[in-house]
Amino acid sequence: MALPAVFFAVFFAYPVAAIVTRGLRVDGVWRLGRLTQVLAQPDIRHVLWFTTWQALASTALTLLVAMPGAYVFARLDFPGKQVLRAVVTVPFVLPTVVVGTAFLALVGRGGLLDDLWGVRLDTTVWAILLAHVFFNYAVVVRTVGGLWAQLDPRQEEAARVLGASRGTAWRKVTLPALGPAVAAAALMVFLFTFTSFGVVQILGGPAFSTLEVEIYRQTSEIFDLSTAAVLTIAQFLAVGGILVLHAWTVRRRESALRLVDASRTARRPRGAAQWALLGSVLVTVAVLLVLPLAVLVGRSLDAPGFAYYEALTHADGGTFLVAPINAIGNSLAYAVAATVIAVLIGSLAAAALARRDAGRLVRGFDALLMLPLGVSAVTVGFGFLISLDKPPLDLRGSWILVPLAQALVGAPFVVRTMLPVLRAVDERLREAAAVLGASPWRVWREVDLPIVRRALLIAAGFAFAVSLGEFGATVFIARSDNPTLPVAVARLLGRPGDLNYGQAMALSTILMVVCAVALLVLERLRTDRTGEF
Amino acid sequence: MLRLERTTVRYGGSTALDGVDLEVAEHQVVCVLGPSGGGKSTLLRTVAGLQPLDSGRVFLDGRDLAGVPAHRRGVGLMFQDHQLFPQRDVGGNVAFGLRMQRVPRAEREDRIGELLDLVGLPGAARRAVASLSGGEQQRVALARALAPRPRLLMLDEPLGQLDRSLRERLVVELRELFGRLGTTVLAVTHDQGEAFALADRVVVMRDGRIAQSGTPLEVWQRPADTFVARFLGFDNVVEATVSGEAADTPWGKLPVPEGSSQGPGALLVRPAGVRLVPATQGLRCTVTARTFRGTHVAVRLQPEEAPALEAACPLRAAPEPGDETGVVFDAAEVVVLGNASGA
Repeated sequence: MALPAVFFAVFFAYPVAAIVTRGLRVDGVWRLGRLTQVLAQPDIRHVLWFTTWQALASTALTLLVAMPGAYVFARLDFPGKQVLRAVVTVPFVLPTVVVGTAFLALVGRGGLLDDLWGVRLDTTVWAILLAHVFFNYAVVVRTVGGLWAQLDPRQEEAARVLGASRGTAWRKVTLPALGPAVAAAALMVFLFTFTSFGVVQILGGPAFSTLEVEIYRQTSEIFDLSTAAVLTIAQFLAVGGILVLHAWTVRRRESALRLVDASRTARRPRGAAQWALLGSVLVTVAVLLVLPLAVLVGRSLDAPGFAYYEALTHADGGTFLVAPINAIGNSLAYAVAATVIAVLIGSLAAAALARRDAGRLVRGFDALLMLPLGVSAVTVGFGFLISLDKPPLDLRGSWILVPLAQALVGAPFVVRTMLPVLRAVDERLREAAAVLGASPWRVWREVDLPIVRRALLIAAGFAFAVSLGEFGATVFIARSDNPTLPVAVARLLGRPGDLNYGQAMALSTILMVVCAVALLVLERLRTDRTGEF
Repeated sequence: MLRLERTTVRYGGSTALDGVDLEVAEHQVVCVLGPSGGGKSTLLRTVAGLQPLDSGRVFLDGRDLAGVPAHRRGVGLMFQDHQLFPQRDVGGNVAFGLRMQRVPRAEREDRIGELLDLVGLPGAARRAVASLSGGEQQRVALARALAPRPRLLMLDEPLGQLDRSLRERLVVELRELFGRLGTTVLAVTHDQGEAFALADRVVVMRDGRIAQSGTPLEVWQRPADTFVARFLGFDNVVEATVSGEAADTPWGKLPVPEGSSQGPGALLVRPAGVRLVPATQGLRCTVTARTFRGTHVAVRLQPEEAPALEAACPLRAAPEPGDETGVVFDAAEVVVLGNASGA
């Protein structure tokens, strides 16, 4: 418990405190008025407004597109369902930069639609909205569909027998049961899109700027750290509010529902309506999720031979001091270090949280731990930038800075993965081992470890994928001679010329393949588990 | 060998164990009997070291167990729902305690085979725990608890989750097994049939205190008070004032055995001691219900101005609901109880 607490105090609370001080303390005097003053500026108000409405629109659009998907995955059984489930999940772990690049290749200047029909969406908000749906489709399908699959269909049948029509039964029985899950998923999507950075940075152009992008712009282009700090505080408060709301809905979701084994509720599609629904979901997945990635790969190969890939190995062009290909090595090294830190910190925290006698204080820590997840990577990166560059903690020149930031973003995933599994370990199983002569450490090794080993692997994989694709925090603190893959992609896209564009596509493709492989390995582990327990 | 002295355990506001004194002798099988939530499981957890004491002391072989952690106490505990390790096979479960004692592999294998034979599952060592039936799991749990040769074996509702016929068979097997091995056993159960069949001595617990302790026969024949009588399933309990060899009750004057304690108290009439006679004699009652019980018929009787009572009738002589009948009482089946606490 002590180690995670210290970790979060030093690398999260301290930077956040530094941000607050930087933003609200002028000439040694606290000025809370700065908050309203900055937020009242017309251009800032415009950013706030755009951030909010694009998040709302993205959330609504995602629900609209993904709810049929949730139904199909929950209730229908069809060949290739496992594969499709994995395909749907891939976008969620893809780096934002890859998604941005893929949509650029699809709907941007010189993109597929531009080539075919002269249609460009990157000057409109649609590119951003579509990319957000792409990203969060899996959130809705997994959260809502996961619960839907476990709802006992006999509940609906009972309502039918009692005289309710099919529609009424769904509305009165299933929908209320799903309600909290839908709300939780919607809040999650809202949170992710509210704090969207990489996608907006790449697809937004000068016209569309979210709070996150504005914080980055104020920091790196205008060098107005004080305004950036005030914006970060505003962001922090908004995200905190959303997280509180989310925790509340999740608690409600845990209310008594009759849950059954998911594998027994799915049936072969019957009737035209169900076939049509299945068909439309497949088309949606193909067009919305598969096509952008396919185009990305296509564009990266859109030169004789593997010219773009080959160009990655040269250090010319002045974009980098080193060949872009080196970014792969950097990224992998950083991600491994970040994964080790995140798994260590996250599982220690999860173990402390899982204890039945955990006090109110410890449980409060649970919510606190989720903050870095929502509090946006930009906050983390910016906080590191302004707090860890001087004594008492000067890590400016240290390579560890990037893994630390990535671990901070990855640790909540580790906790979320480990906690349910640890909580599910029956305390009496541990007691049984103790009575049979196992010391506490032996109990952990003999009882907990075999059960959580798989979860630990999954958590590590998640942390790895998150670290690999992390952009928001890394872009603040990565040194220019040691860029990570996403940072390198963003920098290539920022430069003119076909070669840079092509290299960005190629590098994105590499990143996508690595992340997708990591995810598919995880999916494999996950499905094995259902058979075992 | 096991001695509890004034042990007390509190959870928040409630008291699970309230100054309990208990002794279990070597090779004895003691069954703690009581309703759910009466503190029985807490008693076992206390001895196992899983539940800290608020006050009092626990001695095992004369040694005070205060400060000795669960894994060094050398007692065995079979959990209510077995708690087999799901990721290990049957052999792995049975071997667990032996591995903790660093018993060499070859010796371990021998012991597993021996124990699985003992519990009636020969050759099951490589089977997965999930593939076992409830009864088989129970046997594996027993083998696992016995494997490290604990000084004291504790069983928490050992047969609680099994169906009735299996339970009746296993209780006989267990009794025979413990007798053969000479194991010292402390078991808790809410099922009186199980307790009476298994135990050398029965301890009835109520609200964290011991209500009665004695051989199964003693407890069955002479329940200490109203609570014990009712818990054993006797419903014919009324307030009574005893003087000499008769007692004043709402059912009229009843004969009581010689030497019964005198004065106000409570009294129990076993159903067999309620004799039906023609309606003109004895206490006048209406028959309200009739329940077939296999060897006899239980007849529910309602006197005009007194609590209802139950009579056990031979199969043929049982009256129909609605019949009027008279009732007389047999002194041999009447027990004067201790103070009527909580009747």
